[in-house]
Amino acid sequence: MLLSMQGISKSFAGIAALQSASLEIGESEIMALVGQNGAGKSTLIKILTGAYQRDEGTIRFQGKDVSFSSPAESQAAGIATIYQEINLAPQRSVAENIYLSREPRRFGLLDRKAMREGAAKVLKVFNLDIDVDLPVARFNAATRQMVSIARAVTQNARLLIMDEPTSSLDEREVEILFRTIRTLKQNGVAVVFIGHRLDELYAICDRVTIMRDGHTVAVSAMNDMPKMELVRHMLGRELAAFQALARDAGSDDARPVRLELKNAGSGLRVRDVDLSIRQGEISGLAGLLGSGRTETARIIFGVDRLERGSLHFNGSERNYAEPAAAIADGIGLVSEDRKVDGIIPDMSIRENMTLALLPKLKKAGIVDRARQDEIVSRFIRSLGVKCASPDQPIKELSGGNQQKVLLARWLCTDPSVLIVDEPTRGIDIGAKSEILKLLRSLADEGLSVLMISSELEELLAAADRVTVLSDGMSVAVLPRQQLSEQNLLAAMAHQIDGASGELA
Amino acid sequence: MSAFFKSFAPKSSGDLARIGVLIALAALILFGALRYDNFLSPFNILSFLRYNSMFALIALGMALVIMTGGIDLSVGAVAALASVVSALLSPISWYAGLAGGIGAGLMVGLLNGLVITRLRIQPFIATLAAMLAANGTALLLANNQSVSVSYDTGFTVIGQDDFLGFPIPAWIALAAYILGWLFLERSPSGRHVLAIGDGEQTAALMGLKVERTLLGVYAVSGLLAGLAGVILAAQFGAGQPTEGVGWELFAIASVVVGGTLLTGGSGSVGATLAGALLLGMVFNVLNFENGLGWISLSAYWQSVIRGLFLLVVVVLQARLTSKSTA
Amino acid sequence: MTMTDTSLKPTATTASPLQLVSRYGVFVAFLALLVFNIAVTPNFLSWQTLNVNLTQVATIVIVATGMTLVIATGGIDLSVGSLMAISGALAPMIFMGKLLPIDNMALAVTLAFIIPVLVAAACGWFNGFLVTHFRIQPIVATLVFFIAGRGIAQVMTNGNLQVFKNPPFQFIAMGHIAGIPAQVVLMVVIAILAYCLIRFTVLGRQIIAVGGNEKAARLTGIPVRRVKTFVYVISGALAGIAGLIVVARNSASDANLVGMGMELDAIAAVAVGGSLLTGGRANIFGTLMGALVIQLVRYTLLANGVPDAAALVVKAGLIVVAVFIQQRADRS
Repeated sequence: MLLSMQGISKSFAGIAALQSASLEIGESEIMALVGQNGAGKSTLIKILTGAYQRDEGTIRFQGKDVSFSSPAESQAAGIATIYQEINLAPQRSVAENIYLSREPRRFGLLDRKAMREGAAKVLKVFNLDIDVDLPVARFNAATRQMVSIARAVTQNARLLIMDEPTSSLDEREVEILFRTIRTLKQNGVAVVFIGHRLDELYAICDRVTIMRDGHTVAVSAMNDMPKMELVRHMLGRELAAFQALARDAGSDDARPVRLELKNAGSGLRVRDVDLSIRQGEISGLAGLLGSGRTETARIIFGVDRLERGSLHFNGSERNYAEPAAAIADGIGLVSEDRKVDGIIPDMSIRENMTLALLPKLKKAGIVDRARQDEIVSRFIRSLGVKCASPDQPIKELSGGNQQKVLLARWLCTDPSVLIVDEPTRGIDIGAKSEILKLLRSLADEGLSVLMISSELEELLAAADRVTVLSDGMSVAVLPRQQLSEQNLLAAMAHQIDGASGELA
Repeated sequence: MSAFFKSFAPKSSGDLARIGVLIALAALILFGALRYDNFLSPFNILSFLRYNSMFALIALGMALVIMTGGIDLSVGAVAALASVVSALLSPISWYAGLAGGIGAGLMVGLLNGLVITRLRIQPFIATLAAMLAANGTALLLANNQSVSVSYDTGFTVIGQDDFLGFPIPAWIALAAYILGWLFLERSPSGRHVLAIGDGEQTAALMGLKVERTLLGVYAVSGLLAGLAGVILAAQFGAGQPTEGVGWELFAIASVVVGGTLLTGGSGSVGATLAGALLLGMVFNVLNFENGLGWISLSAYWQSVIRGLFLLVVVVLQARLTSKSTA
Repeated sequence: MTMTDTSLKPTATTASPLQLVSRYGVFVAFLALLVFNIAVTPNFLSWQTLNVNLTQVATIVIVATGMTLVIATGGIDLSVGSLMAISGALAPMIFMGKLLPIDNMALAVTLAFIIPVLVAAACGWFNGFLVTHFRIQPIVATLVFFIAGRGIAQVMTNGNLQVFKNPPFQFIAMGHIAGIPAQVVLMVVIAILAYCLIRFTVLGRQIIAVGGNEKAARLTGIPVRRVKTFVYVISGALAGIAGLIVVARNSASDANLVGMGMELDAIAAVAVGGSLLTGGRANIFGTLMGALVIQLVRYTLLANGVPDAAALVVKAGLIVVAVFIQQRADRS
């Protein structure tokens, strides 16, 4: 056994984050660590690396009882962590990043030559031939990750912890990463792989540890754990898989087109997108990461300028220079990253909810407080936002409730088009289906919804029609009758070249 | 020294700005040399170097601080405090004055570092408070007036004498810059300074000793400001508690003109020196222009022109960086 | 880390002791200073003491009000002191006819009130332009006018002291309205207006939103650039007004001294008053109290024979302690 963590408990301000959790990893083993948000995965990892101190429990690493008081200590002992984003110093060179904090020295000064050669050598093991003098920021996510791994390798890491390593990689890059992980395994390195994409876990991991509510609820060989069983452990209840939401059977084509992109392009990420959103439908937008989904939404909403092609709203041509212009036409956008692009954390629920409506809530510049209160309490009730009072800062709400407030932010402006980018990301399954139901009923009332999602189940359950993007181009439009996991995957992988016209 | 020049080779927009400052400096020198008879006279060059060494020292410390993504607003007041302390100690011996001034600067710098790393207070606020405190302490020690130094112990040599034909303050500044360059470009800790400016959290995760490095950087900034204060006292024969007002902003301007981004993570020691010299030379050229008698610009124009200079540089920088990210 | 995602119990917001201190500390400090002075300082409870303290604090509060708005958007304005110098230099030049001869004294004085403030506001606009249009960090953008502004004032006056006696103009500092010094009335009016701006108006909410999360604010259609430019214009204009008060009080305008160090006093008042310097909050009343506390500390020390310089050191400690408490309370 390389690592054995037993009976680990930890609480924050009296709230238990971990209760007698455990994690065991054998030599050269690839262990999947899964669980919902809040299950305690990251707390457990942070205790292992020394970023947090445990309240109770024992950690044995390489046969010795250990207790790291800082990430630096655990690194020295041979435990390396590769986080999703914050990993490297972007303006420093590749070579420096690989050796930072353990630079080769001559006479006390940097030995740049040794650093450069060492970096190139270790990258070659992973078939990466790049200029190690260039700043890391110049390279794409996959290459940066390789640099992180190379860094871990030069540290003689015995255990590599990877936190959602595939979240910003495309399929091809994931394959390269997996090859790298297998190379590591052959060289005697064990890996903890924290991830959410089940197929990836089954493809690469030997065993799986499942956590829920601060407990370790199951450990098993990967192949002995059926998918449904794994999900059931994570959720702690029978998976009420999204049942397809009932849709009225009206003919799609009879509905007027609200918004239409033709041959739209902007920058490098959006090259040629055709897309239409009809009245009263949920129009899905699918594609792998980096296919240009979010960027397409940003064009429609005026965050980025449309540089090529055309955008029509209710039949007349538009090119929004600012979100404010799109909003004036009745378009709303609930963005992908709530924390970065959505909430104003310190402001109250009331203010967050009415931010977009404010210009219409004023009398001589003054906010009409009575109307504001009326609207806010109406939406808190109708969307079921769980909060102490409208005055509560939004940052105190859970992800699902924050998302409801952000939806209400647009719904209270009575929009005609609502763009939702990954509307259920980072919220638990119960709130997920609530939000999907809500979108469905809004569409039934006439709202046009553009739903961007990476989760096929979600698109299959809720969308009337799905446009598939690949590499900045719309490659297929799947009407309801043709919506199936198989067709979506095929279109996303862009394997239906000739058929795309037919499908569209 | 070829690597010294190589550090100017363009790799990014920041490097372009660094080349820009060198070109501007060269152009201004050329302009002065062609236009004014005595511009390149030994007297002018030496007095220019003697006076501007103080600002160069402060700018060096500021550059290191800014590279970590921080800022040090206390340097002006620290220089004033150090000038008073060294003037008060100068009757004992010249090195008591020197050590006292440097020590005072180092103390304030360490205090800054401790407040920033231990209390987690933003550098802007922490050093602002230190500025007030240093200013108050200087006034208290000096009893609200300037303190003349002792001329008997040789203390004034530090500011007024030459060595091998060059002013001693210029030697001090040159030594500081060479050490600074070696530190930043050639020592692991120097690279850590830049890595921390790239992102403190990341740097900590990579096992760098962030707090210790920050503490060191603020201590160095304080120390260099203290050294500048010693030179101030030695050069003008008095410790001046009210001097140094606005020096910190002048130093920030030098650093910015030298192409170092205030967001941290990048920067060059050489270009900072060029930036400080460039801003100092604006004043020098102005004096000569007045001497020609064509126009008569009051000394007050210098801050207007410096402000304009800063404006041009930051606008150009903003342009360059927005283009490179687009 | 949230343990349970949906079942978030409506948290009854019980404030920690630290939060209480951060919320009411400035009031407690103020009251403590009052009590201390009443007990110790001779003749503290007098009309004159009140007047002295209020008139000295008026300009700081006026400038700090603008600073509060700028800081609320996540910015900072280092140029206020220099803009005071410009406005303070300009006003006497206008009513003394140095710019252009104006025969009508009433008109001249009126212009001496309006033009300097407009000029300062225009400088503020330029700050905002640099910040919004070129995306230059506020600390650098306003550094330009910090350096150049005082130079401009000095060049305009050639560095000379302008001495004058002009009762109508000096009413702004010397006059009384209902027995209260005019500058104090002005201070109160400005603080109330700013409070109402933040509390009741759409623009006020937008200022807070921009400081709280600029990206999100833009995505809700808030005209971020306009909002930001606005706060710099207001900050400039208020600095202009403060400049007028200072020269009127001194019966003289010295471009080398007017507004010197004011940016620090204003920032200190904001910090002690409890607005986070990272933006997203604007506590105008707190800023007023912050300025009063700083002033009262200084007065207390002076009245009890401690030199002015020592007050600086105390002020430094005060700022660090105040910010430390704010940040700790915010994090808990």
